[in-house]
Amino acid sequence: MASATYADSAPAPAPAKRRRRTPPVMPRAAWWGTSAALAVLFVYPIYVMLQQSLKDPREAAQTPPTHYPHNPSFDNYTGLSNTGDINVFDHIGNSVLVSVGATIATVVLATLGGYAFAKLRFPGSNLVFFATLATFMIPFQAIITPLYIVLKDLGLQNSLLGLGLVYTTFNLPFGLFLMRNSFASVPGTLEEAALMDGCGTVGAMWRVMLPVAVPGLITTALFTFFASWNEFFAALILISDQEQFTLPVTLTLISSGVFGSIDWGLLQAGVALTIVPCIVIYLLLQRYYVGGLLSGALK
Amino acid sequence: MTRHMPAAGAAQTATGATPAPPAAARRPPRRRRLTLRGRRQAVGALMAAPAVLLITVFFLVPLGLTFYMSLNQWSLLGAHTWIGLENYTRAFSDQGFRDAFMFTLEYTAVITPILFLIGLGLALLVRRPRRGARFFQSVYFLPVVIGFAASSFLWLYLAQPSVGPLFDIFKALGLADENTNWFANKGSALLVVVASITWKIVGMQMLLLLAGLQSIPVEVEEAARIDGAGRWQTFRYITLPLLRPTLALVLVFSVAGSLLAFDQFFIMTNGGPNNTTITAVYEIYRVSFVQFQLGYGAALSVLLMVVLAAVSAVQLMLLRNTDHN
Repeated sequence: MASATYADSAPAPAPAKRRRRTPPVMPRAAWWGTSAALAVLFVYPIYVMLQQSLKDPREAAQTPPTHYPHNPSFDNYTGLSNTGDINVFDHIGNSVLVSVGATIATVVLATLGGYAFAKLRFPGSNLVFFATLATFMIPFQAIITPLYIVLKDLGLQNSLLGLGLVYTTFNLPFGLFLMRNSFASVPGTLEEAALMDGCGTVGAMWRVMLPVAVPGLITTALFTFFASWNEFFAALILISDQEQFTLPVTLTLISSGVFGSIDWGLLQAGVALTIVPCIVIYLLLQRYYVGGLLSGALK
Repeated sequence: MTRHMPAAGAAQTATGATPAPPAAARRPPRRRRLTLRGRRQAVGALMAAPAVLLITVFFLVPLGLTFYMSLNQWSLLGAHTWIGLENYTRAFSDQGFRDAFMFTLEYTAVITPILFLIGLGLALLVRRPRRGARFFQSVYFLPVVIGFAASSFLWLYLAQPSVGPLFDIFKALGLADENTNWFANKGSALLVVVASITWKIVGMQMLLLLAGLQSIPVEVEEAARIDGAGRWQTFRYITLPLLRPTLALVLVFSVAGSLLAFDQFFIMTNGGPNNTTITAVYEIYRVSFVQFQLGYGAALSVLLMVVLAAVSAVQLMLLRNTDHN
């Protein structure tokens, strides 16, 4: 085996040659068939959600269910503006406010903190950094009860600001970790050159270091946004005023129905509005999301 | 009494987060180099301060408070009396919590191997850099970005008796009839939840395993093949052992995630039928925010943290072992 490894690594073999040596496990057609069939399984629920949301209310309640909207309409989406006593679009506003707010706060604080932990070490900075990483190990589900009390004492209970701050806190450790690594990978000489040329400490960070850290910044922003947009448990507990509900919790209001029976078309329209922004953002910025995930998980 | 707790936390922050600036200012500017260093340290401490402040107020203080509350009887309005370890002794004899804990273990035991095997299968399927592989990777990963709540509401509809499309397919196949209600039976309700979570999360397992597989040099496997190892032997004796660190990571991801399950059961089964699908976090929610026994809820949270810490410890042990090999 050792000799084989040696023989293999000595001359760089041409890729074509290598491919011939290890034939694929499956014939090409079988591979395409299997992969495509699985892809259908993964996409099917999303298709069901979209087609159900586009049925007219009568067809949406039909049993057995139809497989595509025979009379496509946006009734369910327009209906979301008046379901019982709530306007779902106001709740989309709540979700945008909290998610975007938490994202901006996390990105700013993680950039500042990450830079400090990487380049402007102060006495005890390593200790503080590892203490923040400990947050990784303890999920917020485990401290939700006292968190509720703390928010109440600060007058932030039942407020989107309080929820946004909680989301910021729980996304900060990953953000600090990513940003610290991003800044640490920039050679110190680059910063020194900027300082020599008359940049201040902050100027050096802003003009020289930050552009290098942009991928880490986008990853931090994406993770915080997805986590805040989709978060259900803390939003359910920390917000009790119906008008302040974020989108995922609002879905429980739609599903509780007006007369005890659930309007499935309406509910799937609400689900679609929750899911589609995530899918669009993922498809656009996949590279940063997957890259960040792997660097966070495997390092 | 409750008022002073966060205030104490804030005071701690003030001293804990900004020790450097006063120290730096006090230091006499003997040499220019030193002053610059002191100033950089001060700027660094100042830049890290907001993040540290938030983590202190919304994480460290609640964390400490969890332990304190767990030793008290604590009402929603904040009135509390010290009762020592009574909450803990109560937890061990509380049938509701024991059922919830056992169900959480059951759910974890069911879903972990499913996620792992399907994730590994998908990773092996899309591992080679052939045309289409990247596309299918993206498709399988797509549901990961969807929230648990939204995906649970979607699957609640899919599996609904009579109106649900998935139910309809099973009915057409003769696997369900008009009287079937998957949510009326603990076993089938659990299976629906497991199916939905597998759909939503297995792409993550695939991605992590894929990264692990790709970090194994092609030459190692080829060498084994040249030496006459069959496909299964290569996988069993070469690939799998080299994949061990990733396997540990993937297992801990799914175990920790399953132990914290809440959204899917709250939304899809509502804990039913007959409170048979209540998870540990769900029980903490009910104790704290339905029955308003915050002290007891905190004690249950501490127990949950102990279990999670044990899982993390096992993870570290597994990873350390592989490092030595």
